[in-house]
Amino acid sequence: MFNYTFQWRQAFRALPEMLEGALYTMQIAVLSMIIGIAIAVILAVGRNSSSRWLRAPATAWVEVARNTPALFQIYMAHFGLGSFGIYLSPYVALLAGITFNNAGYLCETFRGALRAIPDTQMRAGRSLGMGPAKAFRLIVMPQMFRIAFLPTMNQMVWAILMTSLGVTVGMAIDLTGVTQALNARTFRTFEFFAMAAIIYYLITKAVMLASRLVAWRLFRY
Amino acid sequence: MIEIENVHKSFGALKVLKGIDLTVDKGEVVSVIGGSGSGKSTLLTCINGLEPIDEGRILVDGTEVHARSTDLNKLRRKIGIVFQQFNAFPHLTVLENVTLAPRKVKGMGRKEAEEIAVRQLEHVGLGDKIKVYPSRLSGGQQQRMAIARALAMSPDYMLFDEVTSALDPQLVGEVLDTLKLLADGGMTMICVTHEMRFAREVSDRVAFFDQGVMAEIGPPEQIFGEAKNEATRKFLSSVR
Repeated sequence: MFNYTFQWRQAFRALPEMLEGALYTMQIAVLSMIIGIAIAVILAVGRNSSSRWLRAPATAWVEVARNTPALFQIYMAHFGLGSFGIYLSPYVALLAGITFNNAGYLCETFRGALRAIPDTQMRAGRSLGMGPAKAFRLIVMPQMFRIAFLPTMNQMVWAILMTSLGVTVGMAIDLTGVTQALNARTFRTFEFFAMAAIIYYLITKAVMLASRLVAWRLFRY
Repeated sequence: MIEIENVHKSFGALKVLKGIDLTVDKGEVVSVIGGSGSGKSTLLTCINGLEPIDEGRILVDGTEVHARSTDLNKLRRKIGIVFQQFNAFPHLTVLENVTLAPRKVKGMGRKEAEEIAVRQLEHVGLGDKIKVYPSRLSGGQQQRMAIARALAMSPDYMLFDEVTSALDPQLVGEVLDTLKLLADGGMTMICVTHEMRFAREVSDRVAFFDQGVMAEIGPPEQIFGEAKNEATRKFLSSVR
């Protein structure tokens, strides 16, 4: 039944190449998180705004980001925009797609966190002579980030795994892209993808471990 | 001097304040008593501009609180307020809670702000707690920290909004002692309170609020001894 002979040596020989790909994977994930968090804060404020003109686009973003497959979002950034004459490279399209998805999910995470902080905190800040922006920055935001921290790190893990979808828009330099190329060259499918899976696993484990350490160090209260 | 002139305030259809007139002189301690929903607490949040008013005006040292041109952030530096819920900032240590506003609002250096904070915290009996987070403090300690936090801005006026109402009975005394200390030091204070003994012992004048109206005001001996107003007498007999 099984006449497949494993050839791990070939896979191990390609390890440096794959690890280099993993660096791009991390790069895209980190960038998509940084930009995603920035946009998510704006979206969260927009969704809580009393102005319909701010609320509507923010809500639309969140709805689409959370209720359509991430693969479609990346496709849209690459092939969809291409229909309108806007051509994004695979790297940029993948980054844009994941950032779009991150922003949508993180917006709701932040909004939930904001809701968990009593209004009286803001009031206390204002009564000490702080303007609304200063009170938000010094009192509300740090508390919001603590509540949102672990869910945000979950999204980071999700972002790392989502980068693998880049291969569908021709992304060739990230971990999945590199693995796919090796596979096409050698047909050692199982070995290469198993190696890639282990690398993904180790990366996400490391991220979770690091975030626990950071949380423990940062949130002493 | 705080001058409150004919202040009206509604929340939707509910009229909370129906024409309040009250003048509080420098160094004076005025206690405000009355049933819940009588508008006492609302008045305090109007004085520092946290709530807008519908009619009338409030002057603090001649500055109209609700005038469009008034810089409320600047005005609030001289009006400290302490709330029923202590509103400690949970992400900051006790010391950081107290130094935050002096540093970030007044632009004071860290060292100077910490010196002031430590002095205020020692004053309220929390000198040994400066490094801990508020979650480690009892309610009474959190409330005293909130008082120190307001005092660190060296305000000219202090507003206390039922500061002992959320405390366990055995913790009320320590907070009231802090307030007494402050009153003895000559601080101008308006205290909304349910502590009748405190109102009687510490206040220069006691105001009784009833359904949005200041029904009676006078020295404690008058209010607690020979109240002229029927509603005052009724209220006092119900709380004693």
